[in-house]
Amino acid sequence: MTTAPAERFALRLHKVSKAFGGVQALNKIDFEVRAGEVHCLAGENGCGKSTLIKVVTGVHQPESADLIELFGARVDRITPVQARQRGVSVIWQDLALFPHMSVAENIAFDDLVGLRPRSVRYREMSARAGEVLERLGVSLPLTAPLNDLSIAQRQVVAIARALMNDAKLIFMDEPTASLTQSETDRLLDIVRKLSADGVAVVFVSHRLAEVLEIAERVTVVRDGNLVGVYPTEGMTQARLGELMTGHLIENKVDARDLPDAPVVFEARGLSRHGEFEDVSLTIRAGEVLGLTGLIGAGRTELAHVMMGMRRADAGSMTLEGSAFRPGSIREAIAKGMAYVSEDRLSLGLLQKQSIADNTVISVLRQLTTASGLISDRRKADLVRHWIRELGVKIGAPEDAISTLSGGNQQKVVLAKWLATEPRLLILDSPTVGVDVGARAGIFRIVRALAEQGLAILLISDEVTEVMHHSDRILHMADGRIVQAYDPRTVSVPQLEERIYA
Amino acid sequence: MRDALRSHTIEVRLAVVLAVLCIALSLSAPQFATLPNLTSLLNNSAVNLIWAVGLLVVLIAGGIDISFAVASSVVQYVAAQLLMSVGGGNWLLGFLFCGSLGILLGLLNAWLIHGFRIISIVVTIATFNAFFGLLMFFSGGRNIYNLPDWWTARIFIFEHENAQGIWSELTLSVAVMIGCVIATWALIRRSNIGRQLYAFGDNPEGARRAGVNIAVMQGVAFGWMGLMAGIAGLCQVNIVKEVVPNALYGRELDVLAAVVLGGARLGGGKGTILGCILGVMFVAVTQNGLNLLGVSPFAFQMIIGAVILVAISTANIDLSQFFRNKEARS
Repeated sequence: MTTAPAERFALRLHKVSKAFGGVQALNKIDFEVRAGEVHCLAGENGCGKSTLIKVVTGVHQPESADLIELFGARVDRITPVQARQRGVSVIWQDLALFPHMSVAENIAFDDLVGLRPRSVRYREMSARAGEVLERLGVSLPLTAPLNDLSIAQRQVVAIARALMNDAKLIFMDEPTASLTQSETDRLLDIVRKLSADGVAVVFVSHRLAEVLEIAERVTVVRDGNLVGVYPTEGMTQARLGELMTGHLIENKVDARDLPDAPVVFEARGLSRHGEFEDVSLTIRAGEVLGLTGLIGAGRTELAHVMMGMRRADAGSMTLEGSAFRPGSIREAIAKGMAYVSEDRLSLGLLQKQSIADNTVISVLRQLTTASGLISDRRKADLVRHWIRELGVKIGAPEDAISTLSGGNQQKVVLAKWLATEPRLLILDSPTVGVDVGARAGIFRIVRALAEQGLAILLISDEVTEVMHHSDRILHMADGRIVQAYDPRTVSVPQLEERIYA
Repeated sequence: MRDALRSHTIEVRLAVVLAVLCIALSLSAPQFATLPNLTSLLNNSAVNLIWAVGLLVVLIAGGIDISFAVASSVVQYVAAQLLMSVGGGNWLLGFLFCGSLGILLGLLNAWLIHGFRIISIVVTIATFNAFFGLLMFFSGGRNIYNLPDWWTARIFIFEHENAQGIWSELTLSVAVMIGCVIATWALIRRSNIGRQLYAFGDNPEGARRAGVNIAVMQGVAFGWMGLMAGIAGLCQVNIVKEVVPNALYGRELDVLAAVVLGGARLGGGKGTILGCILGVMFVAVTQNGLNLLGVSPFAFQMIIGAVILVAISTANIDLSQFFRNKEARS
């Protein structure tokens, strides 16, 4: 343990415990963040990370704590407003911003809160918001509604808002979950700048590469218990993953050659104006084809054309040997295509409906009886089959889908599509917001499906993901396939260099 | 300037359409662009606009209110009884009584919505029925003509006689309406309370986490709506010189459509005073134009319904989206 004087710490927690019902969310956790440090809080979903943040910011009161100390001062009981006044800010994953209000007003919003009526000075507000952005080295349109900004820019607005409150300790909950690599790099630059300014940042992320790049130290939590505090120097992703999950996660290249397998899908010279050009590719039965590249390279647009959601301007597609020109997504699904979209939360699932209903939504026709009504028995059979097959951890099939963790939700999305018995499965960024342990589970399923002969197109901008789980890799840039790679003859750094160069 | 135009697309469009409509009407109906017609247009829109700005505040805060028009009737009836019982009163007492009764009815809505976590449309449909039922029960459906003299006296804030001897005049209601519009503008645009209303309507959870007092926001929004409903009730009696219990029944949907037409978002967080005025005036001018063109009054409802439908659905076609998509990819 360090013996630095107390005032050098932004935060010190000793033996903090918190239980919900019978579940011990935090069990005598110690957690320390030095002033100006970038510290990573790592652990799987449900390990207690969020509870820890909520205790520090006064959202939850701990059951017991030997010590809670903020900036060298002991605190007995803390409320959210006090936490903010003392300089603690949290940037939640959903950002908690106001989409129809201006950027400036979003940044300065906390000044407006309160019941004492006072007039709003827009000019002063814009000036102050501008100053904070300048301090971050970013320029944003101050009068534009937040809606007009990209997710990455909104992230910056949330950071600026925290700084507006003179934050000295900022928690960031999964800030990079929906950012592209280059946006992530820019965000990490901002985090470094904050740290250099003396602002401590606690970073929560599932992307271990990022954690190791940005943080000086990492605190690992598992099942509400402290595993340990480690310097990131000398730490590897594999070791960190092992500490988080409690077992070793193997991530090695596992590509296979499938020269004799029949071609399931083929595209020749596929183009769509302004999106992608002259794309040719083949996917064989049982093959996992990785498609990587920067966001905006045209990967998702290509998937949309394959699914019949948009039409190609030129080129042709064949599916199992016959010409394939889907005019609608219904037609594509009927012919054996399946698409797990990027945006699982809003597009892939009906959040308020049950796990069972979500699983069967794409195959309702198969479940109808002669009377034209849905057979409950057939539905229950189908749901039970897929839950068992994919190892989805659920309470009851009637529970709402929103009760599941990200990884299990993604499994339900997979189940929904597999129930249609597809020939080609497109996975678009399947592990966004899914933690290390659940990721491994999803890729085990993907591999098993491939072994059964399903052709899979894996779209991802995480190079390690395509490296470890594809048989072949295509690199797409500016709407063109620029190069094909064999994962066995290229390394992660080499591939990253070519993509981000 | 360009920013202002861009962020107020709906208002700009509506202003253009309204201008075109006015020009077309002044060409096809000679009486349209005359002072007597325009002043009566304003007089007739005053009550609707007072309601509209109140409703705007509720919509911004993410709620909806169906009960306000009937609430105005309740206020009229109760205020008439109270004023007669204190010997007639005067304008000051009239505003005081109507305003506070309106606020009380608004706060009742807010309390039901917040206290029992029921969505506002359900609560206000219920109170709409309850208010109207109670009113009909106690009034027996009878009109009240026995009203204090000050209340039914005509007060003009503007008078003008033209060469043909036709008078153009603006009634007190127009002045009251202008006052309500300015007060509402100050509330939602210039005060921190108003900005918290926008934030609450835009992202309730985000507002709660930022420390916005949700209960108070509901109270302010529905209380303001109630205040406007009370004042509108007071003005309407001044215009028609009697209290007719079912006179305002059904007016709430016209006002709601006009406010939504003006760009207020059902679901909260968006809406401006300018848009609200334009929306109400657009409907009023259309109705006035049909009248002047000699269209059967029975066709009014249908035509206005169709016009609102067209206006709202075209407002959602965002032409700039088409270009933005292309830019975003390059």
